[in-house]
Amino acid sequence: MQRRSLWRRRGTLVLLALCLFLAGCSSALLDPKGQIGAEQRTLILTAFGLMLIVVIPVIVMTLLFGWRYRRSNSLAKYTPDWAHSNVIEAVVWLVPCAIIAVLALLTWKTSHTLDPHKPLESDVAPIEIQAVALDWKWLFIYPEQGIASVNEVAFPVDTPVRFRVSSGSVMNAFFIPHLGSQIYAMAGMDNDVHLIANEIGSYPGRSTNYSGAGFSGMTFEAKVTTPADFDAWVETVRGAPQTLTYPEGYEALAEPSESNPVEYFSAISPSLYESILKSFHTGSEHDMGGGHQMGSDHAKPHDGESAHATDHAAESGHETNNHASQDNAMRSHPSSLEAGG
Amino acid sequence: MSTDTLNHSSHHPVEHEEEHHDASGTKLFGFWVYLMSDLVIFGSLFATYAVLMRGTAGGPTGADIFELPLILFGTFALLISSFTFGMGVLAMHANRVGQVKVWLIITFLLGLCFLGMEIYEFQHLIHEGYGPDRSGFLSAFFTLVGTHGLHVTFGMIWILVMLVQLSTKGLNDMTRPRILCLSLFWHFLDIVWICVFSFVYLMGVL
Amino acid sequence: MFGKLTLESIPYHEPIIMVVAAFMAIGGIALFGLITYYRKWGWLWNEWFTSVDHKKLGIMYFIVALVMLLRGFSDAIMMRTQLAMAAGDAAGYLPPHHYDQIFTAHGVIMIFFVAMPMVIGLMNLVVPLQIGARDVAFPFLNNLSFWLFAVSAILVNISLVVGEFAATGWLAYAPLSGIEFSPGVGVDYWIWALQISGIGTTLTGINFFVTIIKMRTKGMTMFRMPIFTWTSLCANVLIIASFPILTATIALLTLDRYLGMHFFTNDFGGNMMMYVNLIWAWGHPEVYILILPAFGVFSEVIATFARKRLFGYATMVWATISITLLSFVVWLHHFFTMGAGANVNAFFGIMTMIIAIPTGVKVFNWLFTMYRGSLELTSPVLWTLGFIITFTLGGMTGVMLAVPAANFVLHNSLFVIAHFHNVIIGGVVFGMMAGLTYWFPKAFGFTLSEKWGKRSFWCWFIGFYVAFMPLYVLAFFGAVRRMQSYPNTEWQPWMILAWVGAVIIMLGIVCTIIQFWVSIRDRKQNADVTGDPWDGRTLEWSTSSPAPFYNFARLPEVGDIDSFWSQKQRSNEQLEEAPYTDIHMPRNTVAGPVISFFALVIGFALVWHIWWLAGVGAVGVFVSFMARVFNDDIDYYVPAAEVERIEREHQLKCEQKLGVEAQA
Repeated sequence: MQRRSLWRRRGTLVLLALCLFLAGCSSALLDPKGQIGAEQRTLILTAFGLMLIVVIPVIVMTLLFGWRYRRSNSLAKYTPDWAHSNVIEAVVWLVPCAIIAVLALLTWKTSHTLDPHKPLESDVAPIEIQAVALDWKWLFIYPEQGIASVNEVAFPVDTPVRFRVSSGSVMNAFFIPHLGSQIYAMAGMDNDVHLIANEIGSYPGRSTNYSGAGFSGMTFEAKVTTPADFDAWVETVRGAPQTLTYPEGYEALAEPSESNPVEYFSAISPSLYESILKSFHTGSEHDMGGGHQMGSDHAKPHDGESAHATDHAAESGHETNNHASQDNAMRSHPSSLEAGG
Repeated sequence: MSTDTLNHSSHHPVEHEEEHHDASGTKLFGFWVYLMSDLVIFGSLFATYAVLMRGTAGGPTGADIFELPLILFGTFALLISSFTFGMGVLAMHANRVGQVKVWLIITFLLGLCFLGMEIYEFQHLIHEGYGPDRSGFLSAFFTLVGTHGLHVTFGMIWILVMLVQLSTKGLNDMTRPRILCLSLFWHFLDIVWICVFSFVYLMGVL
Repeated sequence: MFGKLTLESIPYHEPIIMVVAAFMAIGGIALFGLITYYRKWGWLWNEWFTSVDHKKLGIMYFIVALVMLLRGFSDAIMMRTQLAMAAGDAAGYLPPHHYDQIFTAHGVIMIFFVAMPMVIGLMNLVVPLQIGARDVAFPFLNNLSFWLFAVSAILVNISLVVGEFAATGWLAYAPLSGIEFSPGVGVDYWIWALQISGIGTTLTGINFFVTIIKMRTKGMTMFRMPIFTWTSLCANVLIIASFPILTATIALLTLDRYLGMHFFTNDFGGNMMMYVNLIWAWGHPEVYILILPAFGVFSEVIATFARKRLFGYATMVWATISITLLSFVVWLHHFFTMGAGANVNAFFGIMTMIIAIPTGVKVFNWLFTMYRGSLELTSPVLWTLGFIITFTLGGMTGVMLAVPAANFVLHNSLFVIAHFHNVIIGGVVFGMMAGLTYWFPKAFGFTLSEKWGKRSFWCWFIGFYVAFMPLYVLAFFGAVRRMQSYPNTEWQPWMILAWVGAVIIMLGIVCTIIQFWVSIRDRKQNADVTGDPWDGRTLEWSTSSPAPFYNFARLPEVGDIDSFWSQKQRSNEQLEEAPYTDIHMPRNTVAGPVISFFALVIGFALVWHIWWLAGVGAVGVFVSFMARVFNDDIDYYVPAAEVERIEREHQLKCEQKLGVEAQA
């Protein structure tokens, strides 16, 4: 009887733990709202499960050996000079090797399938939104619609979105936890991340890379809507009194501000995003016409120490942004001579 | 368990020489390890230069500003100074203090030529408006070459110190390893300069 | 005249800082008064500050580290308190400007001024004894390294009351740390503190590398070295190869800030991605510099207290070496989200995972050392068992972070914070606590209180899980690091739980302080008269406790891995005693503290742009260095008769003590 009630109590504990876990499932990463996020959740749980194959035995063995071979236990065997066993050595090398081999395969595969630069396959035509990190707010530019917004971004459900991400200030990172992958926003660099939302809703987004005093308030809202609602949203923005000109309007907006309210701009200067990128490419001012060239240069980290990292060419291509050539970060900083050509 | 420390160790008689064995060798080895760590600094600066080489920001490129004949002159001064230092070390092994000093002085003067060339080049560039704050490329150039120049300066101060010590103390267990360390340092700077010359100047002009 | 320094630079208006400053001042005055009252200044200066004795330097490293631990932990508890409060519309009690300095200071202090000096302090204390040497290869440099480190710690503390500290995060990513976005002196304090202590660390690396390679006693081949010495050797290789990168990187940032250069600026051809690459090319090896010696400690502790040879010695060594090499090809995993191509990311991800293999093997080796051993559950063993469990979990989350595609959602989140505290507290802190308890008698001649040591362990162990498991959970909600406040009130219960954990850890620190107090009070009862309180296996236990300044009256000879242990097994064959001989020792030197003092002057002057003072400091460094260079009187011989007298005296004391115990 007592034993049963003990089990029941344990049952309640397990239930409680499950509840906590389910509460966790309402969390952004475990309850993703888009295809990328869903794949990443699966990946995290798979990796976790694989690692448990080693972790659980280690913890059990630690407790077991610690207890069984304690000095006061005279029943346990004691072999002071036993310090080598080929069998054990083989096992302790092979098991981690095997697990890491599986994980390495998984890593290789998912690094390519979930590459943030890779366009998503979909029947729906993708849209492009340009996100610029400013001190301390997000500017979203809709080049096709010719509008812009601050700290609020909207896009239709089940539509691939290509976020082109840059910064007008220090380094930030663009992240909508419910949808998956984040990417760094760096001044003068044209980075990008492809995301898709499969459920209508409003999801919090933010900068994840510390950028100074106003960093905590550098949040925005991602509104995932029906196509019709998206069009309505675009119309609302088009009805806004403000417009965003470059450079005057942009420079005023770029002044530091904390917890900036949502703002809409009904019209923007042409190639606003490219102009912001170019403003950091000192020495190429007289080539303003080449904005598209600049835009097609893809942000890419170089490698400060050794060559092997940079020699891998990325194979992902894209109709609007050809970043097949990832040879050198300096492509984003062309000298005047090259840009002139 | 309660064995006394002083009783359980067994020893053979040890001599002084043995316990502080090869102090000079240890010094030389230690200095060599230091040079390796210094090499990592230069490695970082070379990598930085490689990355920023094209970050000219509308300013001049290497081809625009490098004056090879001048640099070549400095390069030869430094290469010859390595040879003269080698002669100095040979003289030291032959126990000829006077000769060591003469070779050190010649080395010092050659170092001075090199440094003079570099100072002229730098001040000329800054005068033209191509200072290190003009572009990323120039920052990297001035820093890489300047760091080498700073090392040469320290090497020359060291030569002066050794000249004083040779005059007051002559060749003994303290000055000998120091001369050897200094010669390592000087040759090391030579090797670094060869890399600077080929990687920065030659590749910049070609 | 005083550059940027004015009276306004002192933050009078910040009550928290002023209270802290007042406490520091009162503490400082009290300490100063006590030392003056007991007339101990001369003794401190002659016996400690100018000492070149590696054991004393090790102790001083540890003292500074423990003091800085209090500072770093105060930062931690202030942050946790802030985050427990600042949910929804609440702003908490720390404005961003202050909060940002605190998390920066916490990271910098805990890594550079707590973890590093503990690791280096332990190396100082133990390595020469373990290899049967009388001192390190370059005793003066060793003293200089310590003082360069100590003055940097002072510089960081000056920043608390004069000016401000960096508000950039502990690695001061450019361009945020550039002059455009951080015009204040905070980053300059960061620069000079790290630059000065970094040079000291490089010198230590060279010194101990040469010591281990060149100064091993007769018969100690590389593959007979104790594991702690092996891990120290590898850590020093890492220091030699990686700290110069830090020096160079900080120097470039300095040029950007002081001379308007364009290494890491947004425009004019600068490249901030290069900063991130360079700083992590140092930063990743750095974490192995910290953890490898901790691995060494656990290896020594577990073999000693299980009274069993370490399982798989050769495997352990090769695992250490492979970790050392691999640590240089993984740095990019700190920024997978920068946007590199899939191949680059995959390469670095897989390299990172491969490190888990040798690490896993080490864990199994420790487990199989316990297997069929006779394990005494002392506090060092508890730290070790706690380490194995905690570190394994930390390793698991590390591998999860190493998968680039998973990293894209976990990066910069609290998952990263939880992960690295998982490995640094579970690995380095537990390791240093175990090492401190284990080697304490060798340094001071008495053991630490086991009761309080175990209490400290349980507080740290439980406190760690309560404090950091909530952060793993919060990461899945989308919480990121370095937030001063957060809009989502659902996170608050977890934040409060984490705060409770921090308080439990604080109790652990209090227990350690009580442990010192109690142990010093009871030092007569806990005296270690044999020099070998744990029935040890390696050479350091073969000399008396505390070890005489010359370490070994006669240099030991080694014929095996656990040579002291096997010697004890054969102890019946008493060999005749060789006569004592003269011992060659280095003299104490004032050069270390004096040079470092001038380095501090330079650092402070450059922070505030007081150019003439920087010039004074530079001249001071040069002159004091030259004084050292022209000083011939740097060593001496301890006559054999003196050695004999010291050894006799010690023997007599031990016999008396044992006699008293036998009577009682």
